[in-house]
Amino acid sequence: MATTESVIETENLTKRYGRFTAVSRLNLRVFRGEIFGFLGPNGAGKTTTILMLLGLTEPTYGHVAVLGFNPTRRPLDVKRRVGCLPENVGYYRDLTGRENLRYVARLNGLPEDEAEERISSALERVGLADEGDKLVGAYSRGMRQRLGLAELLVKKPEMMILDEPTLGLDPKGMAEVLQLIRSLSKEQGTTVLLCSHHLHQVQEVCDRVGIMNEGHLVAQGTIEELSREGLKSEEGKRLSLEEIYMRYFREE
Amino acid sequence: MGVILRKELADHLNSTRFLILFCLVVCVSLLITNTVSLNIRSAIESGAKDPHLFLMLFTTSGHFFSLVQFIAFFGPLIGIIMGFDAINREKNDGTMSMLLSQPVHRDAIINGKFLAGLVVITMMVVSIVLLISGLGMVVIGVVPTPEQLARLLLYVVLSIIYIGFWLGLALLFSILFRSIGTSALASIAFWIVVAFFVSFATNIIADVVAPIHASEDVDQVMKHQRVVEIISRCSPVHLYTDAATTIMDPYRKTTKTLLLVGPMETISRARFNNPLDLPQSVLIVAPYLITIVALTSICFAAAYLIFMKQEIRSI
Repeated sequence: MATTESVIETENLTKRYGRFTAVSRLNLRVFRGEIFGFLGPNGAGKTTTILMLLGLTEPTYGHVAVLGFNPTRRPLDVKRRVGCLPENVGYYRDLTGRENLRYVARLNGLPEDEAEERISSALERVGLADEGDKLVGAYSRGMRQRLGLAELLVKKPEMMILDEPTLGLDPKGMAEVLQLIRSLSKEQGTTVLLCSHHLHQVQEVCDRVGIMNEGHLVAQGTIEELSREGLKSEEGKRLSLEEIYMRYFREE
Repeated sequence: MGVILRKELADHLNSTRFLILFCLVVCVSLLITNTVSLNIRSAIESGAKDPHLFLMLFTTSGHFFSLVQFIAFFGPLIGIIMGFDAINREKNDGTMSMLLSQPVHRDAIINGKFLAGLVVITMMVVSIVLLISGLGMVVIGVVPTPEQLARLLLYVVLSIIYIGFWLGLALLFSILFRSIGTSALASIAFWIVVAFFVSFATNIIADVVAPIHASEDVDQVMKHQRVVEIISRCSPVHLYTDAATTIMDPYRKTTKTLLLVGPMETISRARFNNPLDLPQSVLIVAPYLITIVALTSICFAAAYLIFMKQEIRSI
Protein backbone atom coordinates (compact mmCIF):
# COMPACT_ATOMS: atom_id res chain seq x y z
CA MET A 1 0.00 0.00 0.00
CA ALA A 2 2.60 2.50 1.08
CA THR A 3 4.93 3.85 -1.54
CA THR A 4 8.19 5.68 -1.17
CA GLU A 5 6.69 8.96 -2.35
CA SER A 6 6.51 11.16 0.69
CA VAL A 7 3.45 13.34 1.26
CA ILE A 8 4.75 15.00 4.39
CA GLU A 9 8.33 16.02 4.64
CA THR A 10 9.74 18.26 7.34
CA GLU A 11 13.29 19.37 7.73
CA ASN A 12 14.56 20.74 11.04
CA LEU A 13 11.08 22.06 11.68
CA THR A 14 11.09 24.21 14.80
CA LYS A 15 8.44 26.22 16.57
CA ARG A 16 9.14 28.43 19.54
CA TYR A 17 6.61 30.29 21.66
CA GLY A 18 8.77 32.90 23.31
CA ARG A 19 11.38 30.90 25.17
CA PHE A 20 9.44 27.69 25.10
CA THR A 21 10.32 25.36 22.24
CA ALA A 22 7.22 23.40 21.31
CA VAL A 23 8.75 21.54 18.39
CA SER A 24 12.47 21.18 17.91
CA ARG A 25 14.31 20.12 14.74
CA LEU A 26 11.62 17.78 13.59
CA ASN A 27 12.45 15.57 10.61
CA LEU A 28 9.27 13.72 9.81
CA ARG A 29 8.44 11.72 6.71
CA VAL A 30 5.08 10.24 5.90
CA PHE A 31 4.66 8.20 2.71
CA ARG A 32 1.70 8.17 0.37
CA GLY A 33 -1.00 5.67 1.25
CA GLU A 34 0.28 4.69 4.66
CA ILE A 35 -1.33 5.06 8.07
CA PHE A 36 1.14 6.85 10.26
CA GLY A 37 0.68 6.78 14.03
CA PHE A 38 1.79 9.98 15.70
CA LEU A 39 2.39 9.32 19.37
CA GLY A 40 3.63 11.11 22.40
CA PRO A 41 2.48 12.37 25.79
CA ASN A 42 0.34 15.47 26.17
CA GLY A 43 2.29 18.60 25.38
CA ALA A 44 4.90 16.76 23.31
CA GLY A 45 4.29 19.05 20.32
CA LYS A 46 2.00 16.89 18.21
CA THR A 47 -0.77 19.46 17.88
CA THR A 48 1.74 22.23 17.12
CA THR A 49 3.18 20.05 14.37
CA ILE A 50 -0.27 19.50 12.91
CA LEU A 51 -0.95 23.25 12.97
CA MET A 52 2.28 23.83 11.07
CA LEU A 53 1.40 21.13 8.55
CA LEU A 54 -1.87 22.90 7.82
CA GLY A 55 -0.29 26.34 7.64
CA LEU A 56 -2.30 27.52 10.63
CA THR A 57 0.82 28.57 12.46
CA GLU A 58 4.16 29.62 11.09
CA PRO A 59 7.30 27.61 11.86
CA THR A 60 10.05 29.57 13.60
CA TYR A 61 12.41 27.93 11.17
CA GLY A 62 12.80 24.79 9.15
CA HIS A 63 11.08 23.54 6.09
CA VAL A 64 7.74 21.77 5.59
CA ALA A 65 6.22 20.30 2.47
CA VAL A 66 2.76 18.78 2.46
CA LEU A 67 1.82 17.12 -0.82
CA GLY A 68 4.57 19.18 -2.35
CA PHE A 69 3.18 22.51 -1.13
CA ASN A 70 4.59 24.85 1.46
CA PRO A 71 1.69 25.26 3.91
CA THR A 72 2.81 28.70 5.08
CA ARG A 73 2.86 30.08 1.57
CA ARG A 74 -0.03 28.17 0.05
CA PRO A 75 -2.36 27.18 2.90
CA LEU A 76 -5.41 26.87 0.67
CA ASP A 77 -3.76 24.37 -1.66
CA VAL A 78 -2.87 22.27 1.35
CA LYS A 79 -6.23 22.59 3.10
CA ARG A 80 -8.10 21.73 -0.09
CA ARG A 81 -6.29 18.39 -0.26
CA VAL A 82 -5.91 17.61 3.42
CA GLY A 83 -8.81 16.84 5.66
CA CYS A 84 -8.24 17.57 9.32
CA LEU A 85 -10.21 16.47 12.32
CA PRO A 86 -8.90 18.71 15.13
CA GLU A 87 -8.82 17.58 18.71
CA ASN A 88 -11.80 19.48 20.04
CA VAL A 89 -13.77 19.73 16.86
CA GLY A 90 -17.13 21.41 17.12
CA TYR A 91 -20.07 21.93 14.83
CA TYR A 92 -22.76 24.57 14.77
CA ARG A 93 -25.20 23.56 17.45
CA ASP A 94 -28.18 25.29 15.93
CA LEU A 95 -27.80 23.53 12.60
CA THR A 96 -28.49 19.88 11.87
CA GLY A 97 -25.69 17.45 11.13
CA ARG A 98 -26.63 17.50 7.47
CA GLU A 99 -26.63 21.31 7.34
CA ASN A 100 -23.21 21.39 8.95
CA LEU A 101 -21.87 19.02 6.32
CA ARG A 102 -23.54 21.08 3.61
CA TYR A 103 -21.71 24.17 4.89
CA VAL A 104 -18.38 22.33 4.80
CA ALA A 105 -19.13 21.12 1.27
CA ARG A 106 -19.85 24.70 0.18
CA LEU A 107 -16.67 25.96 1.82
CA ASN A 108 -14.83 23.34 -0.21
CA GLY A 109 -16.59 24.44 -3.37
CA LEU A 110 -18.31 21.13 -4.10
CA PRO A 111 -21.21 21.28 -6.58
CA GLU A 112 -24.59 21.06 -4.80
CA ASP A 113 -25.89 17.77 -6.20
CA GLU A 114 -22.60 15.96 -5.75
CA ALA A 115 -22.37 17.30 -2.21
CA GLU A 116 -25.86 16.00 -1.34
CA GLU A 117 -24.92 12.58 -2.62
CA ARG A 118 -21.67 12.49 -0.68
CA ILE A 119 -23.35 13.78 2.50
CA SER A 120 -26.00 11.07 2.47
CA SER A 121 -23.52 8.29 1.88
CA ALA A 122 -21.10 9.72 4.45
CA LEU A 123 -23.80 9.93 7.13
CA GLU A 124 -24.75 6.35 6.35
CA ARG A 125 -21.19 5.17 6.56
CA VAL A 126 -20.48 6.67 9.98
CA GLY A 127 -23.80 5.44 11.32
CA LEU A 128 -25.58 8.77 11.56
CA ALA A 129 -28.16 8.14 8.83
CA ASP A 130 -31.06 8.50 11.27
CA GLU A 131 -29.59 11.38 13.24
CA GLY A 132 -28.47 13.49 10.27
CA ASP A 133 -31.47 15.77 10.46
CA LYS A 134 -31.27 16.37 14.21
CA LEU A 135 -29.65 19.50 15.62
CA VAL A 136 -25.99 19.05 16.51
CA GLY A 137 -26.77 20.60 19.91
CA ALA A 138 -28.54 17.34 20.76
CA TYR A 139 -25.63 15.12 19.68
CA SER A 140 -23.55 13.15 22.13
CA ARG A 141 -19.79 13.48 22.11
CA GLY A 142 -19.42 10.27 20.15
CA MET A 143 -21.94 11.41 17.56
CA ARG A 144 -20.07 14.67 17.08
CA GLN A 145 -16.89 12.70 16.56
CA ARG A 146 -18.63 10.60 13.92
CA LEU A 147 -19.91 13.75 12.27
CA GLY A 148 -16.29 14.86 12.08
CA LEU A 149 -15.41 11.69 10.22
CA ALA A 150 -18.42 12.19 7.95
CA GLU A 151 -17.02 15.63 7.16
CA LEU A 152 -13.81 13.99 5.96
CA LEU A 153 -15.78 11.52 3.85
CA VAL A 154 -17.63 14.40 2.20
CA LYS A 155 -14.39 16.21 1.54
CA LYS A 156 -12.60 13.11 0.18
CA PRO A 157 -9.12 14.45 0.85
CA GLU A 158 -5.85 12.98 -0.36
CA MET A 159 -4.61 12.95 3.18
CA MET A 160 -6.34 12.95 6.54
CA ILE A 161 -5.01 14.26 9.82
CA LEU A 162 -6.92 12.81 12.75
CA ASP A 163 -6.29 14.13 16.23
CA GLU A 164 -7.72 11.66 18.73
CA PRO A 165 -10.55 10.48 16.48
CA THR A 166 -11.70 7.83 18.92
CA LEU A 167 -11.98 10.11 21.93
CA GLY A 168 -15.34 9.72 23.62
CA LEU A 169 -16.41 6.72 21.58
CA ASP A 170 -17.65 3.49 23.10
CA PRO A 171 -15.61 0.34 22.35
CA LYS A 172 -17.88 -0.67 19.49
CA GLY A 173 -17.69 2.86 18.05
CA MET A 174 -13.92 2.79 18.34
CA ALA A 175 -13.67 -0.47 16.44
CA GLU A 176 -15.96 0.90 13.74
CA VAL A 177 -13.94 4.08 13.38
CA LEU A 178 -10.68 2.16 13.10
CA GLN A 179 -12.26 -0.13 10.52
CA LEU A 180 -13.42 2.95 8.61
CA ILE A 181 -9.95 4.48 8.66
CA ARG A 182 -8.40 1.25 7.45
CA SER A 183 -10.89 0.77 4.64
CA LEU A 184 -10.52 4.38 3.49
CA SER A 185 -6.80 3.96 3.34
CA LYS A 186 -7.20 0.73 1.37
CA GLU A 187 -9.98 1.78 -1.02
CA GLN A 188 -8.89 5.29 -1.87
CA GLY A 189 -5.25 5.19 -0.99
CA THR A 190 -5.77 8.01 1.50
CA THR A 191 -2.76 8.78 3.63
CA VAL A 192 -3.65 9.01 7.31
CA LEU A 193 -1.79 10.75 10.10
CA LEU A 194 -3.31 9.44 13.28
CA CYS A 195 -2.67 10.97 16.69
CA SER A 196 -3.80 8.81 19.52
CA HIS A 197 -3.02 7.74 23.05
CA HIS A 198 -4.56 4.32 22.55
CA LEU A 199 -1.41 2.41 21.74
CA HIS A 200 -3.00 -0.92 20.96
CA GLN A 201 -5.30 0.77 18.44
CA VAL A 202 -2.35 2.43 16.80
CA GLN A 203 -0.53 -0.87 16.68
CA GLU A 204 -3.55 -2.44 15.04
CA VAL A 205 -3.99 0.00 12.20
CA CYS A 206 -0.74 1.87 11.66
CA ASP A 207 1.94 0.97 9.15
CA ARG A 208 4.54 3.19 10.75
CA VAL A 209 4.72 5.26 13.90
CA GLY A 210 6.57 8.32 15.13
CA ILE A 211 7.03 9.04 18.82
CA MET A 212 7.43 12.58 20.07
CA ASN A 213 8.63 13.78 23.43
CA GLU A 214 9.19 17.36 24.54
CA GLY A 215 9.29 18.65 21.00
CA HIS A 216 11.69 16.02 19.68
CA LEU A 217 10.90 13.11 17.45
CA VAL A 218 12.52 10.32 19.44
CA ALA A 219 11.64 7.43 17.15
CA GLN A 220 10.27 6.85 13.69
CA GLY A 221 9.68 3.62 11.79
CA THR A 222 7.60 0.48 11.56
CA ILE A 223 6.78 -1.34 14.75
CA GLU A 224 9.17 -4.17 13.77
CA GLU A 225 12.00 -1.71 13.25
CA LEU A 226 11.38 -0.04 16.57
CA SER A 227 11.05 -3.37 18.26
CA ARG A 228 14.40 -4.51 16.85
CA GLU A 229 15.97 -1.26 17.94
CA GLY A 230 14.65 -1.63 21.46
CA LEU A 231 15.88 -5.21 21.77
CA LYS A 232 19.42 -4.96 20.54
CA SER A 233 20.62 -8.11 22.23
CA GLU A 234 17.54 -10.24 22.78
CA GLU A 235 17.01 -11.83 19.38
CA GLY A 236 13.80 -13.36 18.26
CA LYS A 237 11.51 -11.53 20.63
CA ARG A 238 8.98 -8.90 19.56
CA LEU A 239 7.90 -5.95 21.58
CA SER A 240 4.39 -4.52 21.56
CA LEU A 241 4.06 -0.84 20.77
CA GLU A 242 3.22 -0.20 24.38
CA GLU A 243 6.50 -1.71 25.52
CA ILE A 244 8.41 0.28 22.92
CA TYR A 245 6.65 3.46 23.94
CA MET A 246 7.32 2.94 27.61
CA ARG A 247 11.02 2.37 26.91
CA TYR A 248 11.36 5.88 25.56
CA PHE A 249 9.85 7.41 28.63
CA ARG A 250 11.45 5.22 31.26
CA GLU A 251 14.95 6.26 30.32
CA GLU A 252 14.49 9.81 31.57
CA MET B 1 -16.14 34.51 1.56
CA GLY B 2 -19.51 34.42 -0.18
CA VAL B 3 -20.32 31.11 1.48
CA ILE B 4 -19.47 32.41 4.94
CA LEU B 5 -21.43 35.61 4.34
CA ARG B 6 -24.44 33.62 3.25
CA LYS B 7 -24.27 31.34 6.27
CA GLU B 8 -23.80 34.19 8.74
CA LEU B 9 -26.69 36.07 7.19
CA ALA B 10 -28.92 33.01 7.43
CA ASP B 11 -27.87 32.63 11.07
CA HIS B 12 -28.77 36.23 11.84
CA LEU B 13 -32.12 36.06 10.10
CA ASN B 14 -33.06 32.81 11.80
CA SER B 15 -32.03 33.88 15.27
CA THR B 16 -34.46 34.83 18.00
CA ARG B 17 -32.32 37.88 18.64
CA PHE B 18 -33.09 39.24 15.22
CA LEU B 19 -36.80 38.57 15.63
CA ILE B 20 -36.88 40.51 18.90
CA LEU B 21 -34.92 43.39 17.40
CA PHE B 22 -37.17 43.47 14.39
CA CYS B 23 -40.33 43.58 16.52
CA LEU B 24 -38.75 46.41 18.48
CA VAL B 25 -37.99 48.25 15.26
CA VAL B 26 -41.55 47.93 14.01
CA CYS B 27 -43.00 49.06 17.34
CA VAL B 28 -40.70 52.06 17.49
CA SER B 29 -41.48 53.12 13.94
CA LEU B 30 -45.21 52.92 14.59
CA LEU B 31 -44.92 54.82 17.84
CA ILE B 32 -42.77 57.55 16.35
CA THR B 33 -44.98 58.00 13.31
CA ASN B 34 -48.04 58.09 15.46
CA THR B 35 -46.97 60.74 17.95
CA VAL B 36 -44.96 62.83 15.53
CA SER B 37 -47.31 62.84 12.58
CA LEU B 38 -50.26 63.79 14.74
CA ASN B 39 -48.26 66.75 16.02
CA ILE B 40 -47.31 67.76 12.52
CA ARG B 41 -50.83 67.41 11.24
CA SER B 42 -52.18 69.72 13.88
CA ALA B 43 -49.41 72.13 12.93
CA ILE B 44 -50.45 72.02 9.27
CA GLU B 45 -54.06 72.55 10.16
CA SER B 46 -53.14 75.60 12.16
CA GLY B 47 -51.63 77.01 8.99
CA ALA B 48 -47.86 76.36 9.28
CA LYS B 49 -46.11 76.18 5.93
CA ASP B 50 -42.74 74.61 6.20
CA PRO B 51 -41.01 73.33 3.07
CA HIS B 52 -39.21 70.69 5.12
CA LEU B 53 -42.26 69.33 6.82
CA PHE B 54 -41.54 65.81 5.66
CA LEU B 55 -38.15 65.64 7.35
CA MET B 56 -39.73 66.69 10.64
CA LEU B 57 -41.10 63.17 10.80
CA PHE B 58 -37.62 62.06 11.73
CA THR B 59 -36.42 64.90 13.88
CA THR B 60 -39.40 66.04 15.93
CA SER B 61 -39.47 64.31 19.24
CA GLY B 62 -43.14 64.56 20.25
CA HIS B 63 -43.75 62.79 23.55
CA PHE B 64 -41.19 60.19 22.75
CA PHE B 65 -37.78 60.06 21.07
CA SER B 66 -37.32 61.30 17.55
CA LEU B 67 -35.90 58.68 15.22
CA VAL B 68 -32.56 60.47 15.10
CA GLN B 69 -32.34 60.37 18.88
CA PHE B 70 -33.56 56.81 18.99
CA ILE B 71 -30.83 55.58 16.66
CA ALA B 72 -28.18 57.63 18.40
CA PHE B 73 -29.11 55.99 21.69
CA PHE B 74 -30.11 52.48 20.75
CA GLY B 75 -28.34 51.98 17.42
CA PRO B 76 -25.21 51.00 19.38
CA LEU B 77 -27.21 48.28 21.08
CA ILE B 78 -28.21 46.84 17.70
CA GLY B 79 -24.58 46.79 16.58
CA ILE B 80 -23.43 45.23 19.84
CA ILE B 81 -26.13 42.55 19.74
CA MET B 82 -25.05 41.56 16.21
CA GLY B 83 -21.39 41.24 17.08
CA PHE B 84 -20.54 40.64 20.71
CA ASP B 85 -20.26 36.85 20.40
CA ALA B 86 -19.26 36.58 16.74
CA ILE B 87 -15.76 35.17 17.23
CA ASN B 88 -15.58 33.89 20.79
CA ARG B 89 -18.67 31.72 20.45
CA GLU B 90 -17.02 29.94 17.53
CA LYS B 91 -13.86 29.49 19.56
CA ASN B 92 -15.73 28.12 22.56
CA ASP B 93 -17.81 25.73 20.46
CA GLY B 94 -14.76 24.44 18.57
CA THR B 95 -16.30 25.46 15.26
CA MET B 96 -13.44 27.88 14.66
CA SER B 97 -10.90 25.08 14.39
CA MET B 98 -13.27 23.23 12.05
CA LEU B 99 -13.68 26.36 9.93
CA LEU B 100 -9.96 27.04 9.82
CA SER B 101 -9.14 23.57 8.58
CA GLN B 102 -11.34 24.20 5.54
CA PRO B 103 -9.85 25.86 2.46
CA VAL B 104 -10.83 29.41 3.42
CA HIS B 105 -8.62 32.39 4.07
CA ARG B 106 -8.60 33.52 7.63
CA ASP B 107 -9.75 37.01 6.75
CA ALA B 108 -12.77 35.64 4.88
CA ILE B 109 -14.17 34.60 8.26
CA ILE B 110 -14.01 38.02 9.87
CA ASN B 111 -14.95 39.87 6.67
CA GLY B 112 -17.94 37.59 6.18
CA LYS B 113 -19.11 38.17 9.72
CA PHE B 114 -18.74 41.93 9.54
CA LEU B 115 -20.46 42.16 6.15
CA ALA B 116 -23.34 39.93 7.26
CA GLY B 117 -23.82 42.23 10.27
CA LEU B 118 -23.77 45.29 8.02
CA VAL B 119 -26.35 43.76 5.70
CA VAL B 120 -28.69 43.09 8.63
CA ILE B 121 -28.15 46.62 9.96
CA THR B 122 -28.91 48.05 6.52
CA MET B 123 -32.12 46.04 6.36
CA MET B 124 -33.17 47.36 9.74
CA VAL B 125 -32.37 51.01 9.14
CA VAL B 126 -33.92 51.02 5.69
CA SER B 127 -37.06 49.32 6.94
CA ILE B 128 -37.47 51.80 9.82
CA VAL B 129 -37.01 54.78 7.54
CA LEU B 130 -39.34 53.37 4.90
CA LEU B 131 -41.97 52.49 7.47
CA ILE B 132 -41.91 55.96 8.96
CA SER B 133 -41.91 57.67 5.56
CA GLY B 134 -44.72 55.51 4.25
CA LEU B 135 -46.94 55.85 7.28
CA GLY B 136 -46.03 59.50 7.59
CA MET B 137 -46.99 60.22 4.01
CA VAL B 138 -50.38 58.67 4.59
CA VAL B 139 -51.01 60.50 7.84
CA ILE B 140 -49.72 63.98 7.03
CA GLY B 141 -50.29 63.82 3.29
CA VAL B 142 -46.98 65.40 2.34
CA VAL B 143 -44.73 63.91 -0.32
CA PRO B 144 -40.95 64.34 -0.05
CA THR B 145 -39.08 66.44 -2.60
CA PRO B 146 -36.01 64.99 -4.39
CA GLU B 147 -33.78 67.05 -2.14
CA GLN B 148 -35.40 65.61 0.93
CA LEU B 149 -35.00 62.13 -0.48
CA ALA B 150 -31.30 62.83 -0.97
CA ARG B 151 -31.06 63.96 2.65
CA LEU B 152 -32.89 60.85 3.75
CA LEU B 153 -30.49 58.66 1.78
CA LEU B 154 -27.50 60.41 3.28
CA TYR B 155 -29.01 59.92 6.69
CA VAL B 156 -29.53 56.20 6.09
CA VAL B 157 -25.90 55.80 4.99
CA LEU B 158 -24.72 57.74 8.03
CA SER B 159 -26.81 55.60 10.37
CA ILE B 160 -25.53 52.37 8.84
CA ILE B 161 -21.91 53.46 9.25
CA TYR B 162 -22.62 54.59 12.80
CA ILE B 163 -24.17 51.29 13.81
CA GLY B 164 -21.36 49.60 11.87
CA PHE B 165 -18.91 51.28 14.24
CA TRP B 166 -20.56 49.54 17.17
CA LEU B 167 -20.64 46.28 15.29
CA GLY B 168 -16.89 46.62 14.69
CA LEU B 169 -16.32 47.42 18.35
CA ALA B 170 -18.35 44.42 19.51
CA LEU B 171 -16.44 42.24 17.03
CA LEU B 172 -13.16 43.55 18.43
CA PHE B 173 -14.23 42.70 21.97
CA SER B 174 -15.38 39.26 20.87
CA ILE B 175 -11.85 38.64 19.59
CA LEU B 176 -10.12 40.08 22.64
CA PHE B 177 -12.19 38.31 25.27
CA ARG B 178 -12.66 34.61 25.34
CA SER B 179 -15.77 34.72 27.46
CA ILE B 180 -18.98 35.79 25.76
CA GLY B 181 -20.23 37.46 28.93
CA THR B 182 -17.12 39.59 29.23
CA SER B 183 -17.26 40.81 25.67
CA ALA B 184 -20.95 41.69 25.99
CA LEU B 185 -20.31 43.59 29.22
CA ALA B 186 -17.29 45.39 27.80
CA SER B 187 -19.24 46.55 24.76
CA ILE B 188 -22.18 47.73 26.84
CA ALA B 189 -19.90 49.46 29.34
CA PHE B 190 -18.22 51.32 26.49
CA TRP B 191 -21.60 52.31 25.13
CA ILE B 192 -22.79 53.63 28.49
CA VAL B 193 -19.60 55.60 29.02
CA VAL B 194 -19.75 57.17 25.58
CA ALA B 195 -23.48 57.82 25.55
CA PHE B 196 -23.96 59.11 29.08
CA PHE B 197 -20.76 60.01 30.84
CA VAL B 198 -18.85 61.77 28.08
CA SER B 199 -21.43 64.52 27.90
CA PHE B 200 -21.12 65.21 31.61
CA ALA B 201 -17.38 64.87 31.55
CA THR B 202 -16.96 67.35 28.70
CA ASN B 203 -18.60 70.13 30.65
CA ILE B 204 -16.63 69.38 33.77
CA ILE B 205 -13.35 69.29 31.85
CA ALA B 206 -14.26 72.43 29.94
CA ASP B 207 -15.06 74.21 33.21
CA VAL B 208 -11.65 73.32 34.51
CA VAL B 209 -9.70 74.08 31.34
CA ALA B 210 -11.56 77.19 30.28
CA PRO B 211 -13.69 78.45 33.12
CA ILE B 212 -16.30 81.14 32.47
CA HIS B 213 -15.96 83.82 35.13
CA ALA B 214 -18.16 86.36 33.47
CA SER B 215 -20.83 85.13 31.12
CA GLU B 216 -20.80 88.40 29.15
CA ASP B 217 -17.12 87.91 28.21
CA VAL B 218 -17.39 86.60 24.64
CA ASP B 219 -13.81 85.31 24.49
CA GLN B 220 -14.22 83.20 27.59
CA VAL B 221 -17.51 81.76 26.40
CA MET B 222 -15.99 81.00 22.98
CA LYS B 223 -13.00 79.28 24.49
CA HIS B 224 -15.17 77.22 26.79
CA GLN B 225 -17.38 76.21 23.92
CA ARG B 226 -14.44 75.25 21.77
CA VAL B 227 -13.10 72.95 24.47
CA VAL B 228 -16.53 71.37 24.84
CA GLU B 229 -16.73 70.76 21.10
CA ILE B 230 -13.28 69.28 20.80
CA ILE B 231 -13.82 66.83 23.62
CA SER B 232 -17.30 65.83 22.60
CA ARG B 233 -16.11 65.05 19.09
CA CYS B 234 -14.31 62.06 20.55
CA SER B 235 -17.69 60.52 21.18
CA PRO B 236 -19.24 58.75 18.21
CA VAL B 237 -22.69 59.29 19.69
CA HIS B 238 -22.16 63.02 19.64
CA LEU B 239 -20.69 62.96 16.15
CA TYR B 240 -23.65 61.03 14.91
CA THR B 241 -26.34 63.19 16.49
CA ASP B 242 -24.66 66.33 15.25
CA ALA B 243 -24.29 65.04 11.73
CA ALA B 244 -27.76 63.56 11.60
CA THR B 245 -29.48 66.69 12.84
CA THR B 246 -27.55 68.81 10.36
CA ILE B 247 -28.66 66.64 7.48
CA MET B 248 -32.22 66.10 8.55
CA ASP B 249 -33.01 69.49 10.01
CA PRO B 250 -31.95 72.28 7.67
CA TYR B 251 -32.97 74.90 10.24
CA ARG B 252 -30.94 73.34 12.99
CA LYS B 253 -33.82 74.20 15.28
CA THR B 254 -34.19 70.92 17.01
CA THR B 255 -30.56 70.41 17.82
CA LYS B 256 -31.36 68.90 21.14
CA THR B 257 -28.17 66.91 21.09
CA LEU B 258 -27.45 64.46 23.81
CA LEU B 259 -25.02 66.99 25.16
CA LEU B 260 -26.09 69.84 27.32
CA VAL B 261 -26.65 72.82 25.09
CA GLY B 262 -23.93 75.41 25.53
CA PRO B 263 -24.46 79.14 25.25
CA MET B 264 -22.75 79.28 21.84
CA GLU B 265 -25.11 76.67 20.53
CA THR B 266 -28.06 78.81 21.53
CA ILE B 267 -26.63 81.82 19.74
CA SER B 268 -25.80 79.90 16.59
CA ARG B 269 -29.19 78.32 16.50
CA ALA B 270 -30.93 81.63 16.63
CA ARG B 271 -28.95 82.78 13.61
CA PHE B 272 -30.12 80.06 11.30
CA ASN B 273 -33.31 81.61 10.15
CA ASN B 274 -33.00 80.30 6.64
CA PRO B 275 -32.76 76.64 5.83
CA LEU B 276 -29.41 75.39 4.64
CA ASP B 277 -29.53 73.95 1.17
CA LEU B 278 -28.33 70.43 0.58
CA PRO B 279 -24.76 71.19 -0.59
CA GLN B 280 -24.28 73.42 2.43
CA SER B 281 -25.55 70.74 4.79
CA VAL B 282 -23.28 68.21 3.17
CA LEU B 283 -20.36 70.59 3.53
CA ILE B 284 -21.00 70.94 7.24
CA VAL B 285 -21.55 67.25 7.71
CA ALA B 286 -18.58 66.01 5.67
CA PRO B 287 -15.99 66.21 8.47
CA TYR B 288 -18.34 64.43 10.86
CA LEU B 289 -19.12 61.79 8.30
CA ILE B 290 -15.45 61.27 7.57
CA THR B 291 -14.66 60.97 11.27
CA ILE B 292 -17.39 58.38 11.76
CA VAL B 293 -16.17 56.43 8.73
CA ALA B 294 -12.63 56.64 10.11
CA LEU B 295 -13.72 55.44 13.56
CA THR B 296 -15.59 52.52 12.03
CA SER B 297 -12.62 51.62 9.83
CA ILE B 298 -10.20 51.83 12.74
CA CYS B 299 -12.40 49.59 14.82
CA PHE B 300 -12.74 47.00 12.10
CA ALA B 301 -9.08 47.23 11.13
CA ALA B 302 -8.04 46.60 14.74
CA ALA B 303 -10.37 43.61 14.95
CA TYR B 304 -9.04 42.34 11.63
CA LEU B 305 -5.38 42.70 12.56
CA ILE B 306 -5.75 41.11 15.97
CA PHE B 307 -7.72 38.24 14.50
CA MET B 308 -5.13 37.64 11.78
CA LYS B 309 -2.20 37.81 14.19
CA GLN B 310 -3.78 35.80 16.95
CA GLU B 311 -1.92 32.60 17.69
CA ILE B 312 -4.02 29.73 16.47
CA ARG B 313 -3.39 27.87 19.70
CA SER B 314 -5.78 30.14 21.51
CA ILE B 315 -8.38 29.40 18.87
